[in-house]
Formats: sequence, C-alpha cells, structure tokens
Amino acid sequence: MDQANKFGFTINRSRLIDYDRSDRKVRDYVTLMEPSFRLCFACGGCAATCTAGYHKSFNLRRMNTLIRRGEIEPLREEVTRCMLCGKCLLVCPRGVNTRNVVAAAAAAIRKLDRNEL
Amino acid sequence: MKEALKHIVVAGGGVAGMEAAGALAEMGFRVTLVEKNNDPGGHLGRWHALFPDRRPADEVRHYLRKRIEHRNINVITGTTVEKIRHHGHEVAVDLSGGTEERADAVIMATGFDLFDARRKEEYGYGIYDNVITSAELEDLFNNGRIVKADGKEPARVGFIHCVGSRDEKVNNNHCSKVCCVTAVKQAIEVRKMIPSCEVFCFYMDMRMYGPYYEELYRESQEVHNVNFIRGKVSEASVNINNRLVIKVEDTLAGRPLKMELDLMVLMVGMEMSAPGAKCAAASGLPAGINRFLETADHHFGNNLSSMKGVFYAGTCTAPMNITDTISHARAAVEETVRYLNRR
Repeated sequence: MDQANKFGFTINRSRLIDYDRSDRKVRDYVTLMEPSFRLCFACGGCAATCTAGYHKSFNLRRMNTLIRRGEIEPLREEVTRCMLCGKCLLVCPRGVNTRNVVAAAAAAIRKLDRNEL
Repeated sequence: MKEALKHIVVAGGGVAGMEAAGALAEMGFRVTLVEKNNDPGGHLGRWHALFPDRRPADEVRHYLRKRIEHRNINVITGTTVEKIRHHGHEVAVDLSGGTEERADAVIMATGFDLFDARRKEEYGYGIYDNVITSAELEDLFNNGRIVKADGKEPARVGFIHCVGSRDEKVNNNHCSKVCCVTAVKQAIEVRKMIPSCEVFCFYMDMRMYGPYYEELYRESQEVHNVNFIRGKVSEASVNINNRLVIKVEDTLAGRPLKMELDLMVLMVGMEMSAPGAKCAAASGLPAGINRFLETADHHFGNNLSSMKGVFYAGTCTAPMNITDTISHARAAVEETVRYLNRR
C-alpha cells in the first residue's frame, strides 16, 4: 500500500492571502466608482444593522476587506445577498456610500467575467 | 520704584485655567481668572476617580484649589469672556454682563463640552431609562451605588465607546482620546463594586496611548474579567421586560451579535466648548476643522494664537487628559511670560 492511501494524502489549496498575486482590478474599479470606499475602518456598524446579514452570511464589513485584499471568489455570492435597503448608510461613521459600494462590486464582477476590467 | 504688576486674564477656570493662573501668580503676575460656573474646577468637579491609577479626583481638585489661593489672583465666577480685542499695547477683554478688563495678555482656557448623547438618537439616551453617560456613571460612583432607574443593581453593564467621536454622522471626525481608558477604568470600578455584574466594552479600536493605560487594560482582563467586543453598536432598543437590547457586529467573529443589557454607558467624547467657540468667533480667532482652536504651529507653537498677546491652554485646542492639560497650561504660561518680557 502506498503512502497516499494510508494517510489520505491530498494537496490542499493554500489559505494564504497572497497579496503579491491577488487581483486588485475589482478594488480599483470599486474605488473609482465609489471613492468613499477607502474610508472604511472596519467598525462593523453596517453589518450590525444589516437585515440581510441576520439571515444569511452577508457582511459588508468583511466584503470591503475582501475587495481590498483582492480576494474575488468569495465576492461572487456575497454581492447577490444585499437587498440594497441602505440602512448601513445611516450608520456608517465614516460616511461611506455603502450601498453604492455593493452596486459597484457587483458591476465589477460582471465586468471581470466579460473581460472588461 | 516697583513696576506695577503685569495683568493677565485667564478665560476659564478648569484644570488648564487654574494651573495657568496659579503658575502666573507664583511668578509675581496679577491674574484675573474668569469662570462661567459658580465655582472653578471644570469637568473635574464631577469625577470620582481618575485613570490610570484610580486615584481620587479630590486629590487633584485639592491641588488646583490650593494653586489659585493666592493674593495675586482675583476669581470672577458666573461670568464668561465674550470677546478679546487689541487696545493699544493692551488687550481688552469684554466680559458677560458688560464689564471690561484691561490686560497685558490673555490665556484662553475655555476647555471642552461633553458630547450631547441625545444627538446619537439610535442609542436612546433620554428615551430609555437605563442609558446613561460616562459622566453620569461618575455621579453614581460618587453616590457609592450603581443602580438602574428602578433602584436595583444591574447584572450586566455595557460600555459603548466613541459616542460622538470618530463619527461623521455627528460631524466629529476626531478621536477624543480619553474615553477608551475612561471606559476601562469605569469597567473595573463596576466590577469591583458589583462582583457578580458582567461588564462588556464595545470598541472600534482600543487607544491606550498614555503611560500605564495599556497596563490598566491588561489588568481589566487579567484581574477583573472585563469583556471586550470589537464592533460599533448600531442601535439600542428595549424588550418587553424593559431590558435594553443592542445590535453590534462582533467583527472578530464576523457575525452580528445581539445582547441584553441592564445598564448602557455611553462614552461621550469632547467637543469645543460652546462659550469658548462663541468668544473665539467674536474675537476672530480661527478654529480648525474639528472646531477646536487652531494653534499657530502644531509642533512648536501649540500655545500660540493668531492674535498678539493671546495664548491657548488645555482642551480648547484639542482633547487632552489632565496630565497633558497641566503641562500644556504650564507651557502657555512660559509663552506668555516670554511675550511679556520681550514686549
């Protein structure tokens, strides 16, 4: 019996955020469309008030961080979960146009898939 | 023949004003200390104990009271400085009530106002019974008992950081600096007074910038079991049992969190004082974007105004703790004396 069978040897994809290889095109697009995106200091006020986030795993604070780090794959699902109600707009202490960030991120992903970014 | 004593008006009888007045009198100057309330002492008058060592605030109050017991100091209470203007070689100071003082120099020490928590309506201050400010908690400490509106002891207390600070929604982008460590100090005091009470601090960043602040933060966890949750509280309401319910994201867990509280303490920040701002505007003294007074240079002109003979001391220029306020007031005295000697 070889080693692979004995120990269930598999190759895992690294969980590392490889900042040198990540794709910043979405971040650049979102920042261009909504410059206030840069102001987020990750307080979580948006996620605290978010109606969608109480039922699904939508989290705007985490989404902002993913965009900044160039982690695109988890975004695909995330952007579809926001109901664009805008409650987060009322909370944000940095005055980020949060709703427009979601819209811009969704647009960025559509463009990315069409090779338009 | 002895030269007549030079005269300095100090606007504001809080920590900065009292320290500046005392230091000037000690050096042989004549001082008029103008205080808006019936007694000097400022916000310190309300405080029970001070960070980081929890020494009784009375000790510092006593020091400052002694500081202004000097025959060169005349204290005018119940009065504000309305306007400062040049008058030949002197500075003319208009006081409320229509009187005028002539001085060789003026030190502005008009201090700060506490943020009015009603402006953060979503936290329910003035709406729900058991939402209080950090200053009101000091009143409870002074009374020797921490109780809810119904007179009973709380089983869970939450401290909400950054109320009126770092918040564009209330036009205050600045950090008030002292609220983080005040919350830690007060959390420890609550735990000591009611050992069965759970205590939670809801913070965005813990800014332990001063000596022994980080140590106090550590002690609060190690010895007193204070809990810290990283997230900005978005809103509060009450449930059917009249218990407060808050919504926050636990940003480190990455999930929304709801918690019931018996008592919610709002860590209210510092804003430029309204009478100070009024006087500065009338006198043509510019304010910064944070509405505190703009000094001539942030590094080496931190006590200098744009007007000859007018100097700044303490929190009228920026949020500051007591230690820094006293140092800043002493530096203002040095600048004032240098100006008077050169004139």
